Amino acid sequence: MSDEQEDDIILAELDDDELVLQMHDDLYDGLKEEIEEGVNILLERGWTPYKILTEALVAGMKVVGDDFRDGILFVPEVLLAANAMKAGMFILKPLLVETGAPKMGKMVIGTVKGDIHDIGKNLVAMMMEGAGFEIRDLGINNPVEDYIAALEEEKADILGMSALLTTTMPYMKVVIDTMKEKGIRDDYIILVGGAPLNEEFGRAIGADAYCRDAAVAVETAKSFMSRKHNRAAEA
Amino acid sequence: MTNKMTALLAERGWLLADGATGTNLFNMGLEAGEAPELWNERHPDRIARLYQSALDAGSDLFLTNSFGGNYSRLKLHDAHKRVRELNRMAAEIGREVADRMHRPVIVAGSMGPTGEIMEPVGTLSHSAAVEMFHEQAEGLKEGGADILWVETLSAKEEYLAAAEGIALAGMPWAGTMSFDTAGRTMMGLTSSDMVDMVQSIDHAPLAFGANCGVGASDLLRTLMGFADENPRLPMIAKANAGIPKFHDGHIHYDGTPELMASYALLARDIGATIIGGCCGTMPEHLSAMREALETTPRGPRPTLEQIVEKLGGFSSDSDGTNASPATKRRERRGRRRGAASE
Repeated sequence: MSDEQEDDIILAELDDDELVLQMHDDLYDGLKEEIEEGVNILLERGWTPYKILTEALVAGMKVVGDDFRDGILFVPEVLLAANAMKAGMFILKPLLVETGAPKMGKMVIGTVKGDIHDIGKNLVAMMMEGAGFEIRDLGINNPVEDYIAALEEEKADILGMSALLTTTMPYMKVVIDTMKEKGIRDDYIILVGGAPLNEEFGRAIGADAYCRDAAVAVETAKSFMSRKHNRAAEA
Repeated sequence: MTNKMTALLAERGWLLADGATGTNLFNMGLEAGEAPELWNERHPDRIARLYQSALDAGSDLFLTNSFGGNYSRLKLHDAHKRVRELNRMAAEIGREVADRMHRPVIVAGSMGPTGEIMEPVGTLSHSAAVEMFHEQAEGLKEGGADILWVETLSAKEEYLAAAEGIALAGMPWAGTMSFDTAGRTMMGLTSSDMVDMVQSIDHAPLAFGANCGVGASDLLRTLMGFADENPRLPMIAKANAGIPKFHDGHIHYDGTPELMASYALLARDIGATIIGGCCGTMPEHLSAMREALETTPRGPRPTLEQIVEKLGGFSSDSDGTNASPATKRRERRGRRRGAASE
């Protein structure tokens, strides 16, 4: 195989620009060890953890997200890419805290009560993390109390709910209605997603937005966060 | 293999399958988050009524209330030790209803996805998945299902595991997948991939096809993808009745009976011989579909434009097969292992 011979890229020999572009490709291909190596090289070269996060990892995951949105990549490839990104994040996370890097925002995310499906939800969590958000993942089968407790504990900005079944999607409204009753609905940005949902459904149950896929979730979260910051600045 | 379903299909030329389970159960009082399978024990009368309503509307075949009846899904409701009996009950209720009918009807034991991702991308092993499907298959067999019916799958690995688990139970089966992501399944399988896959299976299904997904238009485009491969097996179409909307605390799908009747005819014109609905398809939709199929002769294969004209647009530009130009992976700089070989 000629591919084998072409396999010999020495990451350490690439200059910074080349290395970052190579890391974008390696993220795209889900090459976990190569991402770890790339992150370490950039750290040794004196890059700040935040610069590595944004320019190498987040920018690389943006390409993955765009191709996912456009139907070029599918779930298996995106999971591999997200795993590679996670490995890089694992190195950067403690350093980001130490260096007091800027924060994008915090999201509590989980699949609603009665629903076991977490594939889409995991993708959103990983892509959000890839975009620099902090994530508290509640897993599957969450009753309304769990969502609310986690939102308060984490002082989160965003609530993300997922459902894959016709039989579980109405539960999202139960959660939002309960938050309204408690007078806390407007303290959070609420994003919903899942295969059977659509924009109109999201509006009807009182969510801020329906997100068609993980890439859209990231873009939506970013735009809501910047609006929130603007409002805070005006106040 | 001769089987009750293939015999009936040979005699009739086409069969009307059933409609929604979840949407119908909601109307009977199921609450969001509740496991429908537990109703097989708690409310067998309502489950019998659900089956009966499809038959009264003209269905030749109905699926049992066991879609989420596998170990992994029932674990969520702490009912994973009751896989066999809950599935047996689902089929028993169906058997009783079917045997009271004065015409032949098929009891199809519904088997949905595990909800987990299989190795190597995910964590569910092949052998564990086979065992889950096998266990469920034994329960449905025990309850008297005529055939097993795998539906809404998205991964090739899982479809193959289902085939193996069902083979262990020695049951005939049919299996459909959900093409809801830019024309492909969530895991990236195209319509032509599915034809290749089903034709490679030892314990082959009696029929294959598409269910659920985005809407009737998309599903028909997938069906055309199957037909282009000249499959040897009969094709199944089970589309949702439009898209879900929320009205006064209820989920309501916006597809009318007239729309579903047009969809049924188009599905048959493309070559599907087992035609039904999925989410949102109520008895009134089924009646309209039955009447249309009975009173309208089969027509020529429709074009994509005709589908759009009758049912509305597609959710994505392309159907995700290699024949479509929109699905090229991006040009890479990379020279890494495997990655360069496209």
